[in-house]
Amino acid sequence: MQEAPANPKREDVCPSKQRELGEVRLQIERAQGPEFWRSLEELAGSPEFQQMLHREFPKGAADWVDEVSRRGFLKLMGASLALAGMSGCTKLPLEPIVPYVRQPEGVVPGRPMFFATAMPLSGYASPLLVESHLGRPTKIEGNDLHPASLGGTDVFAQASILGMYDPDRSQTITKLGDVNSWSSFVQEIKGPLAVQKGLGGAGIRILTQTISSPTLADQLRALLKMYPQAKWHVYEPVNRDNVVEGAKLAFGRPVATQYRLENADVIVSLDADFLYAGFPGNVRYIRDFAKRRNPDGVMSRLYVAECTPSSTGAKSDHRLPLRAVEIEGLARALLVAVTANSPEAGTTAEYAKFVQVVAADLAPHHGSSLIIPGDHQPPSVHALAHAINVALGNVGKTVVYTDPVSANPVNQTESLRELVSDMRGGKVDLLVIMGGNPVYDAPADLGFADALKNSNVGLRIHHGLYQNETAELCHWHVNDTHYLEMWGDARAYDGTVSIIQPLIAPLYAGKSAYELVSALSGVSDATGYDVLRAYWKGQHSGGDFEAWWRKALHDGWIEGSAYAPRTLSAKLGSLPAAPTSEARTLEINFRCDPSIYDGRFSNNGWLQELPKPLTKLTWDNAVLVGPKMAGREGLKTEDVVTLELAGRQITGPVWIQAGHPDYSVTVHLGYGRRKAGRAGTGAGFDASPLRTTGAMWFATGGKLTKTGRTYKLASTQGYQTMDTPNGASRPNVRRATLEEYRHEPKFAQEGTPPPELTLYPGYDYQRQEYAWGMAIDMTACVGCNNCIVACQSENNIAIVGKEQVVRGRHMHWLRVDAYYQGDRDNPKAYFQPVPCMQCENAPCELVCPVGATLHSTEGLNDMVYNRCVGTRYCSNNCPYKVRRFNFLLFQDWETPQYKMMRNPDVTVRSRGVMEKCTYCIQRISEHRVDAERETGGQIADGRLQTACQQSCPADAIVFGNINDPNSRVSKWKAKDRNYGLLAELNTRPRTTHLAEIRNPNPELET
Amino acid sequence: MQIFHRSTNTLSRATIFGAVFVIAGLGWALMELQRSPYITYAGVVKPQPVPFSHQHHVTGLGIDCRYCHTSVEQSSFAGIPPTKTCMNCHSQIWTNAQMLEPLRASYRSGESLEWTRVNQLPDFVYFNHSIHIAKGVGCNTCHGPIDQMPLMYQYASLQMEWCLNCHRAPEKYLRPRDGVFNMRYQQPTSAAPVLVAGESYYDQASLGKALMAKYKVRNVADITSCDTCHR
Repeated sequence: MQEAPANPKREDVCPSKQRELGEVRLQIERAQGPEFWRSLEELAGSPEFQQMLHREFPKGAADWVDEVSRRGFLKLMGASLALAGMSGCTKLPLEPIVPYVRQPEGVVPGRPMFFATAMPLSGYASPLLVESHLGRPTKIEGNDLHPASLGGTDVFAQASILGMYDPDRSQTITKLGDVNSWSSFVQEIKGPLAVQKGLGGAGIRILTQTISSPTLADQLRALLKMYPQAKWHVYEPVNRDNVVEGAKLAFGRPVATQYRLENADVIVSLDADFLYAGFPGNVRYIRDFAKRRNPDGVMSRLYVAECTPSSTGAKSDHRLPLRAVEIEGLARALLVAVTANSPEAGTTAEYAKFVQVVAADLAPHHGSSLIIPGDHQPPSVHALAHAINVALGNVGKTVVYTDPVSANPVNQTESLRELVSDMRGGKVDLLVIMGGNPVYDAPADLGFADALKNSNVGLRIHHGLYQNETAELCHWHVNDTHYLEMWGDARAYDGTVSIIQPLIAPLYAGKSAYELVSALSGVSDATGYDVLRAYWKGQHSGGDFEAWWRKALHDGWIEGSAYAPRTLSAKLGSLPAAPTSEARTLEINFRCDPSIYDGRFSNNGWLQELPKPLTKLTWDNAVLVGPKMAGREGLKTEDVVTLELAGRQITGPVWIQAGHPDYSVTVHLGYGRRKAGRAGTGAGFDASPLRTTGAMWFATGGKLTKTGRTYKLASTQGYQTMDTPNGASRPNVRRATLEEYRHEPKFAQEGTPPPELTLYPGYDYQRQEYAWGMAIDMTACVGCNNCIVACQSENNIAIVGKEQVVRGRHMHWLRVDAYYQGDRDNPKAYFQPVPCMQCENAPCELVCPVGATLHSTEGLNDMVYNRCVGTRYCSNNCPYKVRRFNFLLFQDWETPQYKMMRNPDVTVRSRGVMEKCTYCIQRISEHRVDAERETGGQIADGRLQTACQQSCPADAIVFGNINDPNSRVSKWKAKDRNYGLLAELNTRPRTTHLAEIRNPNPELET
Repeated sequence: MQIFHRSTNTLSRATIFGAVFVIAGLGWALMELQRSPYITYAGVVKPQPVPFSHQHHVTGLGIDCRYCHTSVEQSSFAGIPPTKTCMNCHSQIWTNAQMLEPLRASYRSGESLEWTRVNQLPDFVYFNHSIHIAKGVGCNTCHGPIDQMPLMYQYASLQMEWCLNCHRAPEKYLRPRDGVFNMRYQQPTSAAPVLVAGESYYDQASLGKALMAKYKVRNVADITSCDTCHR
């Protein structure tokens, strides 16, 4: 009889044969999986994963696209060998050089200029500083003077530069699909408007997205004064109705809630993903949150009860996976436990212990705790959160109530319902849809598209950036201006008025909303600038307006315009009764997509190819299913399933997401667009047919059936793995609890070999003026992905498309690895940004046959594109897998818009060239030249920032001169938590990580 | 039986021996071609919309480089003057010259003049004018005798070996900052010393060394790192 080995190898447990997931699950439970894992396949040690370990790219990535015979191959190789030498003898074509006719004052050709502006998203302004090269905006940065940014941005703002140059944007005004002009549009609306004048505007309906612009709101109100019977409707698919209604429940008025995370010691999130783009104020919240996660100071504690795994949940100290519908019960139990001051009085549910422990933790933090409800939780949860915050004395300390940012804070779902019934009732003669795409994203039960098409709305006008599904059903389409092309204003989450300043004249002669509303009011030639200035001139009192205005434009915001906190009395007796508990039917969650939001960014390739924070999916959405449910239903990732809800159904592929609660699935909105453009059309599946006015965010009673088909998903999870080929995992993620860290501060510093452990003579970097280094604080990093897009924008990085991502050929120089730890039903998760490590003993340099990658005297691992012949040896030898190869001509060299978009200081790479992070060498050079020329001295610490560092909302990345002991990066590197990734290989990485410290509650640690 | 004639032996020996020379010759020819003005454009006058004479404007009229190339001291790019700069004078003088019609047309219509770039680097090379000027590299060190060019042409090959000539030994070329824009500047000799900060230098070797220290020119290893020019 054979005895089973005590410690079975994973190969023995998992012979190379396909297994059902149920079986794999058993394997997981039986086998000793790695402590940290990146995908469920890795945890199970599946053969596919084993294979991935042995090869850098998935199978077939290096194969020829076309069949080539052996003979043909030899011919090609011979010819390329002969031509390789010749390629050095290129004769440059003659190049024109085009000066100004009259050079504007202040413009220095060759030097970028920076202008403050703001990007409005669902009404909320993201304050920005935009780099411009001779009138072409090229890079978005955060506005460090603005209280809502402090220098940080989010992914949507970073990628918006590509949106502006998008060649698929609507380029002309059209009438019934034919090209037309602004002047004939103005002529054409004169008649209907004159008719409406007589009717008091009874037939006019204006549908906008959320508007916070004081100027535009003023214009619209003036228009409504001219046509007193006209109506202004507001709708966005990702709206904050619940927040508004919750505030009405609690305070009787639609107040906005702002959080002061810098004052919070204990934070409880009720399904709120407040650390990711899309949550109003997330950039500032991330900064404040990260500041309080300092293990050397006073560290805050974050509890998250959530349904869909989010980056906020990943950063929590304790995460409770709960179906969205159960959050309300939890909130009630928490309120009872907090107010009754007897934690046991809470509940008998399975989360009783959680409630008990959290309530006990909250109690001593009177005034320094914080409850944040998620936007997709019903109004009652918001009211409960208000009640808990009031009970804990947090109001005025960690929670502040202000006026709402939206200029028209109506219930948007009801507003749209009213519009549709008016359309059906024949009451609408002139409909102006300003922005948005309700035909695609209106709740399915309203039948908006049908009402628009089949009811007799006399004149339908669509104003937007794209000829989308809604434009298709309108008579007129007026092409909008991108925010980088127009004048305007918008309020940031705290109410601060931010000025939107154009960086470039409209590329396609678009008309902004301000100009359109002016035209509707009878002034067809007003420019956005005139309208904006006139409004603020009227608002400004006392003092020199010109000086005040110039300061507002320079800073990008109007000082003192933030909303003052309001003192409110809560009417907390009027909470609605608890819903009756329902049977465990399938819950379907609708969430806005982390990359393309509600679908408005679907034609943005940078965002489409951006790996989503936890699934790392690109170019698609999926039905997220928890491992437990997948095991029960026999589902595997990429199985196509049908989801049914109240007679409506959609079909989409499954993605098994660790940490997703059972009896619940999540689908993301924004995909399955029919008319989005070359990048967005056809990607993913449309989830909105299941979404109804009664259940905008989640609904129970769903049904899931397998179709038997499969669908290929492009996820980068599991690619570029740093484990050893034999599967032994390396200590890439080093983490400890606060207790452990205090007990043993140097826990992370294991396995760093002494410097003399090499045969090669070392290079003395210490005598150099600069030695560049970077430190990344994993405790601060919240996995917001902003750095990836910032890097892409700064360094002209191409996108490759879904098919190529499947082959592992994506080009991001910086990736954010997500690691899981522990129980697959509720794992802990860690984010680790990995750029090029700029190793002092760089393994890539030794194997390059043509000297295309060499070390600089300042310790940079230089990549010389023009020398590279594409052997890929360097990439093969890189233990961090941070080198990217242009397998095909991924850059678009033809489209004129993209030529304008690129950073002129960075080479645009062609096919067959290896590329990688350079620590933004173009910025280093620029700052060095400036410092030497202007002062003859060194670059001041903090002046020079890499692209990823500049816009990091968490301030998790620090770059600088490690030869200067007083530089911020030197101080970070001197911390106990500092460790080099794979430092045991003696690569001596210049980029180091600060180990992650969590602050769990010992009461909940089991 | 002998298939080939005896002379074939000699012939084959000669061929093998000769092939070495043929290949070497081909290589040499390619190298020469690569360095020739045909490839580099050195000394080649390119077509321009207006036959602008640097000789006339610099030597004849004594206009400083920076009157037109305004950003040369602050930016990577020296700057090509806008039409307005030309019209400062040419709205008053030579107002009827046929030669200047494209200039006037540009000023009237607001359409830029399209010059042909004379000193052209490949797109993967990043050159910065301002730092070279700050470190004491004269205009004509690279651009040649501009003041004697009736029509502008590229003086040097602008190939990497040419750049490295200086980056490997900057002391051979540096001059005091006040001589950077001086087209008549001569390197010091024992007969004509150069005065810097009250001290006279009688040869380039000592001057170059002094200037390298004075202007804090980084050491050769630093300025020959790839990332100095390539990024």
